[in-house]
This record gives sequence, structure tokens and C-alpha cells, in this order.
Amino acid sequence: MAVVDTNSVPPSGTAPPSGLSEFWFYFSRNKGAVIGLVIFVIILVLAVFAPLVTPHSPSIQNRDVLLLPPALSAGGQWTYLLGTDAVGRDILSRLIYGARFSLFIGLVVVTLSVISGVLVGLVAGYFRGRTDTIIMRVMDIILAFPSLLLALVLVAVLGPGLVNAMIAISLVNLPHFVRLTRAAVMSERTKDYVIASRVAGAGTLRLMFLTILPNCLAPLIVQATLAFSAAILDAAALGFLGMGAQPPTPEWGTMLAEAREFIQRAWWVVTFPGLAILITVLAINLMGDGLRDALDPKLKRS
Amino acid sequence: MLRFIFGRLAVLIPTFIGVSIIAFSFIRLLPGDPVMLMSGERVMSPERHAQIMTDLGLDRPIYIQYFDYLVNLLHGDFGSSIVTKRAVLDDFLQLFPATVELSLCAIILAVALGVPAGVLAAVKRGTWLDQTLMGTALVGYSMPIFWWGLLLVIFFSGYLGWTPVSGRISLMYFFPQVTGFMLIDSLISGQAGAFKSAVTYLILPTIVLATIPLAVIARQTRSAMLEVLGEDYVRTARSKGLSPFRVIGVHALRNALIPVVTTIGLQVGVLLAGAILTETIFSWPGIGKWMVDSVFKRDYQVVQGGLMLIAAVIMIVNLIVDVLYGFINPRIRH
Repeated sequence: MAVVDTNSVPPSGTAPPSGLSEFWFYFSRNKGAVIGLVIFVIILVLAVFAPLVTPHSPSIQNRDVLLLPPALSAGGQWTYLLGTDAVGRDILSRLIYGARFSLFIGLVVVTLSVISGVLVGLVAGYFRGRTDTIIMRVMDIILAFPSLLLALVLVAVLGPGLVNAMIAISLVNLPHFVRLTRAAVMSERTKDYVIASRVAGAGTLRLMFLTILPNCLAPLIVQATLAFSAAILDAAALGFLGMGAQPPTPEWGTMLAEAREFIQRAWWVVTFPGLAILITVLAINLMGDGLRDALDPKLKRS
Repeated sequence: MLRFIFGRLAVLIPTFIGVSIIAFSFIRLLPGDPVMLMSGERVMSPERHAQIMTDLGLDRPIYIQYFDYLVNLLHGDFGSSIVTKRAVLDDFLQLFPATVELSLCAIILAVALGVPAGVLAAVKRGTWLDQTLMGTALVGYSMPIFWWGLLLVIFFSGYLGWTPVSGRISLMYFFPQVTGFMLIDSLISGQAGAFKSAVTYLILPTIVLATIPLAVIARQTRSAMLEVLGEDYVRTARSKGLSPFRVIGVHALRNALIPVVTTIGLQVGVLLAGAILTETIFSWPGIGKWMVDSVFKRDYQVVQGGLMLIAAVIMIVNLIVDVLYGFINPRIRH
């Protein structure tokens, strides 16, 4: 692969563009996707450097400033930019620490469900027959429940908490990856390059993982982005219902649940955690749209 | 067509058995003593423990217990609540209309706004209108609806005072529940203002529950329309000199709607998941709130029965959508 400056678009000239620069060409044509990427990187940096950038500790309760409004509204203080909650904790600091939880949840859930979903889907699509039937029936069973209800009940079984919430959300996400991988594998496995590879003596594992899988990645990457944002939403919903991260963890959904009783008195304790969820999820979904445009050959140049 | 329907039904049977195994295993997987979980009693003597064990059949082999459970299910016995002692099925049937009413209103709103928005965005592709509509749709798609609901309550109920905060109808009105649908019952009752009251209670939950399906339908309609607008028969219709309205409304939209109908069908699961959050926020007495309350009250018999019933509803609706889809799109029947 030739080294190409990723900014040198459009891919013109005689030499075919490298995969990466072609990808960036299509990704960057989608302005929303670039904006999403920028916002996501900002949130990521804030989360990573949370102890350095937060003005206050996320857990220290300052009894002098209970339910202080944001700096710009009447009665606000500049030291507490987004105000304080009912026990005097700085909301901005809690939100920045909350980004750590949300991004971590998204990462863990996507990793868990992608790895297990791709493995199971590969097996189903490659071997077909009875194995395939059994796997797909099991996936149908998971899909017969509303995802949030199944996650809620699973957490009730496992015990409320962040780790169990992540396990439950990974499980309800699983069928999407299994179905997608299986469909992609099924359309690839009878193609000439796979048969040629098999004739050349490639073993089953090599065929599955090195020959077929790389050619199924595009839809999986797009689905992984969607699952990332969905995981953040689901974890926040579980936190909101009191079944996810437990107080005083500064998880955004949990913060909303704690703030609910103050909705008539202090709009800021309710508004900002939800806004943080919305902005993060929106940024990831914007990137997902851009990824789809860049990776899905069907929609390319349309 | 009949073969197609029976084929679908045959697939449902193993799914139903699988779902029943999950619901059956649920109580047995919970940490703690199953006797105490199922009887709801906290303290008991060993004799009482053994007695309940026999009563509930817990001393028998697990496969016989499962078989009994399955037979009970097929007889319509979904267990009964530990707290209220009422049959789970009775509670479900009483609360289900509230969820159906809310979900129907939400899906009607989502289709009524989503399809035109998608068509408009596709026809005006690339313009500011397209970008605004699709930008809004993506925000809706990314919305944490439990927060969205709270925001609407703060603004419309708290600040403007236009809508009530929670419930289904004002306490001033009392009339028999004929259909279980508040909108219809309030009309039948003939009480002045009852219908209006029911509508004001319904507005905010409907908007909240419709948000994500609306965004999904608008996005799906747009991409389906774009695909169809590039087809030869649309060009033919245009070159015949048909009015743009007729080309888009009749030739393009009818074919573009086929994938959209599937999307609408798939929203049933989304609606029921959304109902859990929406009903919790607005204290809407439907099955979503019922399930959440039961989880918190540790009324596990209700959770078990509710899981089974909700999964059954989703399976039946999916079957109906599949069959309808087979009707409008003959290609997939084979």
C-alpha cells in the first residue's frame, strides 16, 4: 500500500488510491460525519484527562452551594459553570467523569457483542445446516423480547450494577451481529476467490477468518458504531430506571434518576446530563452515517 | 400463500418453546431460595418451607416442573402475583389496552409525520430542507427518550401549565371502562370535557414514544424513495408527461413504501421497549410500568408471566407483519 497523504483528495491520477485515503475521501465528504468525529474526539479527550480538566471533584459535596444554578442564570457562580446538584456537587465535573463511564460502557459492550456475534455468525453462515438453524432460532428467541425489558430482567437476575448492565446490553445486542455476519458470510462463501482459496488447500479456520471475514467487515463496522451509541443509551436508560450504575456514580442516566425529583425546582440538574447523552450519541451516529457512506459500496457515488 | 403462512407458524413454535424456557429459567436463576422468591414470604419454619416446596412442585425433577409450566401456559395460567394474589393474565389484560392506545397513537403520529418528511427530503435532495429534516431525524434517533419526556414535562406542564404531568385522565371524570381505550371510553361516557381531558393526558407520552420510530421511518422513507426515484419506470412516468405529484405520489411512493412497511412492523418491539421508559415517566398505567414496578417489588411471578405474554404479543405481531408483507410483496413468498 502506497503512502498517500490522507488529505490529498480526490483520488485522481492513474494509480489506485490507497484504501485509507479513499475511505477518508468519502468520509470527509459528509460534513456531519466530520463534525461528529470532532465532537467525539473532544469528549474522548475530556474523558481521558478528566482529573486534569475538571474544576472540582465529582464526589465532594459542598454544603454551601446546594442546587446552585448555572453561571449564566441569576444567582449562579462562575466557579460552578453548570451549577450544582442537590448535595452540592459540581455538575460539570460529574458530567466529565460521566463521559468516562459512557465511553467505557460503549467500548466494552461493542467489543463483547462484536467478538461473540462475529464468531457465532461466522459459524452459522459457514457451516449452515443444523448448526445454523439452531443458532438462528436462539437469536429469534432473544429478539422476541423488547431489548430494554430483557436487559432489565437480566440485571434483576444478576443484580443491579454497571458490570451486569454491560453484560445484559451485550447479550441483547448479540443477535444483530450474528445475523449481519451470517448474511455477509453466506453471500461470500460461494464466490470464486473463496473456492480458489479452498482448492489451493486453505483449511477451514483460514477460510473463515482470513479469507471470508475481512470481506464482511464493512457492514459490521457500521453496525458496531450504531451499537456503540445504542449501548450508551441503553446503559443510561437502565441507570435512569435504577438498575444500572448505582449512586453516587456520576453516570449520566443515574444522575438523571437522582435529579428527577427536582424537575420543578432546578431545571439544570435534569437538563445537562441528558444533553450530555444526546450530544455523545448524536456525534457517534453522525460518524456512523459517514462510515456507511464511505464503506457501503452500494451507496457510493450515488 | 397458505403454505407461506404455515411456514411462518412452524418457525414460531420453537421460538415459543425457547421463550418459555427463558421465562421458566428466570425465577430459578435468581439468587436466593426459590421457595421464598415464589411464595414471597421472608421468614418460615423448615416444615412450612417443605410444605410450600411440595405445593409449588419444586421437589420434583426440573423437566417435569417445566412440562407442568408449559401445560399451565397453554391453559392460560401465567401464574399469579405474590403481592396482590391476582392472576398475571388478568392484570395483563386490564393494563394492555393502555399500552396499545399509547403505542397506536405514537405509531400513527410517527407515520403521519415520518413518511411525508422522508418523501419531501428525498424529492428535495441535497437542499437545506433535506439537510434540516434529516438533521432533525438524526437528533430524534439519538434521543434519550426518558430525558426528552422530562424536558417536555418541565416546559409544557411546569412552565406553560398546558398539559398534566402524569396519569391517563383527570380524576374529575369517572366512567366504566368499556373498551379499555380512554379516548373511546370517554366519548361513550358522554361526559362533557372527558374526551378533551383524555387527549391532554395522552399528548406528551405520545410525542415521547413516537420520537424514535418517527426518526427511523423518516430516514427509511427517504432512502427508499431515493432508490425508487432512480428507477426506469419513474423516468418513463416522468417522460410520459405525468404531473410530478402523480409520479411521486403514485408511481414512486407505492414501491418505496414496501420496505417502510417492514420498518413500521419492526417498530413494535421498539415501541414496547420505549413504553417501559415512557410509562415510567408519565405514570401511564400500562404493561411497561407494570413490569418495571414488578421488578422493583421483586414480584417475580409477575415478571415471569409478563415476559412470556409480551414476547407472545411481539411474536404474533411479527407474524402478522410477515404475512402482510407477503401480500404486498409477492417476491418474498418463495
